[in-house]
Amino acid sequence: MAADLVYRPLPPGTQPEYLHTPYNSTHKRAPLQAPLGLPRTLSELTGPVISPERVPANAADLTRQGAADPLGERIVVGGRVLDEDGRPLRRTLVEIWQCNAAGRYRHPKDTHDAPLDPNFRGSGQAMTDDDGRYCFISIKPGAYPWRNHHNAWRPAHIHFSLFGPAFVTRLVTQMYFPGDPLLAFDPIFNSVSDAKARDRLIAEFDWDATTPEWALGYRFDIVLRGSAATPFEEPRGG
Amino acid sequence: MADGRGHTLTPTASQTVGPFFHLGLDWLFSSAVADPDAPGTHLTVRGRVLDGERKPVSDALVELWQADPEGAYAVPGRAPSPGFRGYARVPTDELGAFEFSTVKPGRVAAPGGGLQAPHALVHVFMRGLLRPLVTRLYFADERANADDPVLAAVPASRRETLLAVPRPWASDVFEWNIVLQGPGETVFFDG
Repeated sequence: MAADLVYRPLPPGTQPEYLHTPYNSTHKRAPLQAPLGLPRTLSELTGPVISPERVPANAADLTRQGAADPLGERIVVGGRVLDEDGRPLRRTLVEIWQCNAAGRYRHPKDTHDAPLDPNFRGSGQAMTDDDGRYCFISIKPGAYPWRNHHNAWRPAHIHFSLFGPAFVTRLVTQMYFPGDPLLAFDPIFNSVSDAKARDRLIAEFDWDATTPEWALGYRFDIVLRGSAATPFEEPRGG
Repeated sequence: MADGRGHTLTPTASQTVGPFFHLGLDWLFSSAVADPDAPGTHLTVRGRVLDGERKPVSDALVELWQADPEGAYAVPGRAPSPGFRGYARVPTDELGAFEFSTVKPGRVAAPGGGLQAPHALVHVFMRGLLRPLVTRLYFADERANADDPVLAAVPASRRETLLAVPRPWASDVFEWNIVLQGPGETVFFDG
């Protein structure tokens, strides 16, 4: 039960700061005042639960949302959603969105001069299973330019959104691809100062998920805050 | 333990929701925390998200979580209050405006006994926020605010940033702006 979750303090550097100077959009949007400690009341320790019935059928296959196959390199992206003790988070919602293989989002505000693909929308949803596993089928997103600095390009990435069991477990993040030369230059990826935490945003190439004559596999495990309390553990604040 | 070294796992780092989140998150867009026929005192919360130059933020995502009029959360294992969802997600519009239609939340237990004043929890996501902002919304006309332990821990000079104010001519409409930075900066929580 969500209210029985306990939370440990986050190790320093494993989450980005609000103000990250190389990322220009933070300058007028990051709070100046230090945040207050988040209370741990029933309000924070519960959270919305989206029931599996609300997820449309086939929502995890982003290659089946048009009249034909989308262009691009077909990929399988899967992994597990875990708590801090490595226990699976079951039947929790995973939402993703991404640009197409040419680096263009199907979004009115994306003005990048790259073609839209009529057969690719670029969003999907999945529920984790009893082992905390999720799996999406998609195409590899392209890199695209943004105006943060001269010749700025975002590395290929997929956006992830998760609820987990409580308000405090909510996570929005981005998954990157191994070996991408743009990672070293990306202010958003590099906003995570701890190198290990940063590298965990990069999916692993996964032979087990790679399917002969069909698709390359990538594995991206996600750890949400908190862990289930035991009767022997005193709840700890964060 | 899970990494084989007796350590716990480190939570995955947050990254910005970016400017194109509508694409992936719009299937759950709804301003209705409670349906029109849900029991309770119906009200509307509306406001704008403003940046450090008081410019409206037109690409923010605002999510709200609150208890029902009985002070109970809509969680599994509990018979849901009819028409009450407890959660809603909306994008801001071109004027930086957002709106929720809801019912007045009841009082929820406070740690160590007592009750919290009616409140909602709010997450704010946007391009330029590498992790979400977390805040609480209270109701300015609520007497129980005086006894609320979370409000009491907020410096008095900043407490009003958490108060949604009823419109004089429409007391079921509450106004509450989210100021990201600078004078009048909303109180945010972390940790």
